[in-house]
Amino acid sequence: MVRRMINSPLTILGLVLVLLIIITAIFAPVIATHNPTEVNLLSKLEGPSGEHFFGTDEVGRDIFSRIVYGTRISLKIGLLVVLISFPIGTILGAIAGYIGGRIDQIIMRATDIFLSFPGIILAMSIAAALGPSIENVLLALAATWWPWYTRIVRSSVLSLKNSEFIEASRALGANPFRILFKEVIPNAIAPASIQASLDLGFVILAAAGLSFIGLGAQPPSPEWGAMLSSSREIIRDAWWAATFPGIAILITVLGFNLMGDGLRDVLDPKQR
Amino acid sequence: MDALRYVFKRILLMIPILIGISILTFFISNTIPGDPARLILGPKATPDGIEELREEMGLNDPLYVQYGRYVNGIFHGDLGESTYSQQPVIDDLERYFPATLELTLFAMLITVLIGIPFGVISASKKDKLPDQFTRVFALLGVAMPAFWLGLLFLLLFYLKLGILPGSGRLDNGVSPPDMITGMYTVDALLTGNMVAFKSALIHLILPGITQAAVTIGMITRMTRSSMLEVLQSDYIRTAQAKGGSENRVLYGHALRNGIMPVITLLGMTFGHALGGSVLVESVFSWPGLGKYAVNAITYLDFPAVMGVTLLIALLFITVNLIIDTMYHLIDPRLKYN
Amino acid sequence: MPLLEVNNLKQHFISKKGFLSEKRVVKAVDGVSLKVEKGKTLGVVGESGCGKSSLGRSILRLVQPTEGSVKFQGKEVTDLNALEMKKLRREMQIVFQDPYASLNPRSTIREILEAPLKIHNVGNKKERKKVIEELVERIGIRKDQLNNYPHEFSGGQRQRIGIARALALNPKLIVADEPVSALDVSVQSQVLNLMLELQQEMDLSYLFISHDLSVVQHISDQVAVMYLGKIVEFGDVERIYNHPMHPYTQALLSALPIPDPKQKRERIILEGDLPSPINPPSGCPFHTRCPFATKECKEVVPALEEKTDNHFAACIHI
Repeated sequence: MVRRMINSPLTILGLVLVLLIIITAIFAPVIATHNPTEVNLLSKLEGPSGEHFFGTDEVGRDIFSRIVYGTRISLKIGLLVVLISFPIGTILGAIAGYIGGRIDQIIMRATDIFLSFPGIILAMSIAAALGPSIENVLLALAATWWPWYTRIVRSSVLSLKNSEFIEASRALGANPFRILFKEVIPNAIAPASIQASLDLGFVILAAAGLSFIGLGAQPPSPEWGAMLSSSREIIRDAWWAATFPGIAILITVLGFNLMGDGLRDVLDPKQR
Repeated sequence: MDALRYVFKRILLMIPILIGISILTFFISNTIPGDPARLILGPKATPDGIEELREEMGLNDPLYVQYGRYVNGIFHGDLGESTYSQQPVIDDLERYFPATLELTLFAMLITVLIGIPFGVISASKKDKLPDQFTRVFALLGVAMPAFWLGLLFLLLFYLKLGILPGSGRLDNGVSPPDMITGMYTVDALLTGNMVAFKSALIHLILPGITQAAVTIGMITRMTRSSMLEVLQSDYIRTAQAKGGSENRVLYGHALRNGIMPVITLLGMTFGHALGGSVLVESVFSWPGLGKYAVNAITYLDFPAVMGVTLLIALLFITVNLIIDTMYHLIDPRLKYN
Repeated sequence: MPLLEVNNLKQHFISKKGFLSEKRVVKAVDGVSLKVEKGKTLGVVGESGCGKSSLGRSILRLVQPTEGSVKFQGKEVTDLNALEMKKLRREMQIVFQDPYASLNPRSTIREILEAPLKIHNVGNKKERKKVIEELVERIGIRKDQLNNYPHEFSGGQRQRIGIARALALNPKLIVADEPVSALDVSVQSQVLNLMLELQQEMDLSYLFISHDLSVVQHISDQVAVMYLGKIVEFGDVERIYNHPMHPYTQALLSALPIPDPKQKRERIILEGDLPSPINPPSGCPFHTRCPFATKECKEVVPALEEKTDNHFAACIHI
C-alpha cells in the first residue's frame, strides 16, 4: 500500500507539501523572521527584499512572517472543522443506514436541506448570524460540511448492513450500539475518511473566502483570506501583498488534494 | 409520460425541502445579533421609540408567529423590507439577480467551451504531454482560491496593462440597454444596441474567467475520467477498427456517451458558481446577488440575508431538478426511480 | 420433547419498489412445521430460492417471523422480549455460507472469538483467553495466529473460525446455512467431519441447510425437502434417499450420481424454472413442473401427511 502511494509522483508531491505545511505551523516562531503583528510605519509597503522576503504591508508588517503564522490558523480551522463534522456526519450516516425507517428519513431529509444551499452561502449566513470571528467561521463550516459525510457513510453502510458478519453479531445477541460501533462504522469509514482528507484543503479554502468577505478572522490576525482582503486597499502600490497569501492558500489546498487523491487511489479500488 | 411523472414526483419531494430551507434561513437570520428596530432608528433613538417600532414590526410576537407571517409573505411575493436599502427585498433581488445570472451563465459557457475539449484531448492523449499539461492545469484550477485569482487579474489587466475594466457592468457614460431580461449583453443584442453590448461583454471578461477557473478544472477532470472509461469500451474499439476518423470516433461516438456524468457535474458547478459569485462579485464590484449578500451581512440586514439565501437555495434545487430530468431524458436506460 | 419444534411458521416479506408503485408480498416461508431432536441433525434441502435460508433466519429471529410458532426446549421463542432473546442466543447459534463475508474484515480472530464471550459477560479477561485458546486448538488453528486478520486464512480455516465463534457460548442448536457450499470439495469433507466430531463431543443439534443432496445425506439423521416455502417431504435420511415419495424429491435424487455404474436409474428432468414466490402457483406449488400433475393438483393444496411410518409427504397422489 505504501509502495503504491510512493509510486505516484503527484502523491509524493502532496505528502511533501502537507509535511511542509505542518512543519511550518509547528515551528512558526523559528521560521518567521519578524513578529507577525508588529507595526513598523517606517518600513511600510516595502517590496520583497533580503530583509522582508515577501515585502511589507500598509503598516509595515512582514508579510512572510504573517504567512508563516497564518499556517497555524488555517491548519487549525481545517483540522477542527473536519474533526467536528466528520464524527457527527459519520455517526448520523451510520445510524440512518443501519436503523433505516423513519429515523433514516429524518436524517436524510435534513442532509437534503443542508445540501440545497451552495456550501459557502449557508456558511456565510451562519457565520453572519453568529457574528464575525474565526471560531464562528469554524462552527459555520462544520455545520455545512457534516451532511457530505452522512451521505457517504450511509451509502457504505447500506451496502454492508446485510453482510453475514453483521448478522452473525446479531445472532450472538450484540446490542445495536455495539454492532454500530464495532462492526458497521469501522467497515464503512474508509471512503468518508478519504473525502475528509480532501476536505481539509477545501475547508481551508472556504475559511479564507469567508475571511476575505469580512466574516472570519479580523484584520490584525495574519489569516490568509483576511490578508488578501486588506491587500485590496494597497493593490496599486504593493502587488506582493495581494500575491503571496494567495500562493500560500493554493499550495496548501493543492497539497491536501494531492494527498487525498493518492489515498483514494490506494484505498478505493473502484476509482482506480 | 414517464418523464412527466418523474418531474411531478421530484417537485412533490421538493416541498418538504423548501419548508426546511425556509425554517433554516428564518432561524439563522433571527439569530443575527443586533436589534433591527434600533438599527433603523439610529443612535439617537429613545427606548420608547424602539419599543414602539418593534411592536409595529411584529418583532415582539412569538417566533412561530413571525415565521408564519414570513411564509405567508413569501406566497404573496413579499420578503419584507431591506433595512439597509429601505426597499422591498423582492425588488432588490429582482434588480441584482440578472447580473448574477448573466455572470454565472457566461462563466458556465467558458467552462463548457474550454473544459470539455480539454477533457477530451486529455483522455485521447492519455499520459502524453497534452494530458500531463491539462491535468496540472485542472488540478491548479480546483485548488485555486478564485478571489485571489480575481485580484491578480485585476492587478495585471486593469491596473498594470489597463486593457480590461476592473469593476462594474458598463463603462461610464454608456447607458444600460432597454430592460428585457436584465442581462445587459442579451438585452443589448435584442435591442441592437452594439455600444452597450461591447461594453457589457468587456466587463464580463475578467469576472467571468475568474468565476470559470475553478469549474473548468472540475469539468476537465470529470470529462477526462468519463471519456477514458468510454474509450476503453468495445464499441469504440469497433468504431476504431472499422476505420472511422479519429475525430469522428472521439466526438461522434465517445463524447455522446461520456457526456452523461459531465451533465450532472454541470448542475453541481452551477451551484458552485452561484456560491462563488459571493467572492468574485465582491472582488470586481459586480452589482449582483453575491455583492448584495455581502452588503446585507455587513449591515446586519436581516430580511435581505434571508431573501438572498432563500433565492439562491431555490435556484440551486431548481437547476438540480432540471439537470436530473435532462439526464433521464438523454439516457434511455435509466428508470425513473 | 424435541429440542426445537417449529409449527406453521411463515415468513413473508413486503417488496415495495418506491412510492406510487404497489406492494408485493414474497412468501419466502409459507407454513413450515418441523422438529429437531437433541443431538440429531435435520437436513433441509431444496433449490436456491426455495426459502430455506429464510427459514433458518426466521427460527433464530434474525428476522421476525410473520406468523407461527418456534419452540426451543418447549419455550415459545417468537414473542420473547429483547433481554430474554439475548439469553436464548447463547443456546442457538448460526454458521453462515460465505466464510469471506461472515467474519468482520477489520477484526482479528481473537476479537472475533472474544465477541460472543464479551457480549454475554462470560468470565474475566484471563478466563476468556483460555476459552479462546481451547477453541482454536479444537478447530486446528494455532494460538499464534489469533492476532491475524480473516484475510490471512484460507476459506476452510475461516469457516472453522466461523464454527468456533458459534460454539464459543456452548450452544445446544446450530443453524448451519449452507456451511460448506462456498468451499472446495476437498475442504468440504474436512469441515463436515469437524462438525460431526463436535456434535459427538458437545451433544449438538444441527439444522443443516443445503442445496447439496450428497452433503445432506452425509450429515443428516432426518431430512426435510423444501419447495417454494413449503416442506414437501420429510422423514429419516435412509427412507428419503432410498424410497423418495414426492415427485420433486424423486426428481432431485435422480440427478445424483450413483456409486454403481451398472445400476440404471431414470433421470427425471424438471421442466421450467422455479416459479416466483411472489405469485406462487395455485393448489400444489409443484404442479407447474410435476410430470404426474392432474387437474386436481391445480386446485387442492396438499397437506404434509404421514404416508408410511414416520415418512411424510405433501402430495394428493400418494
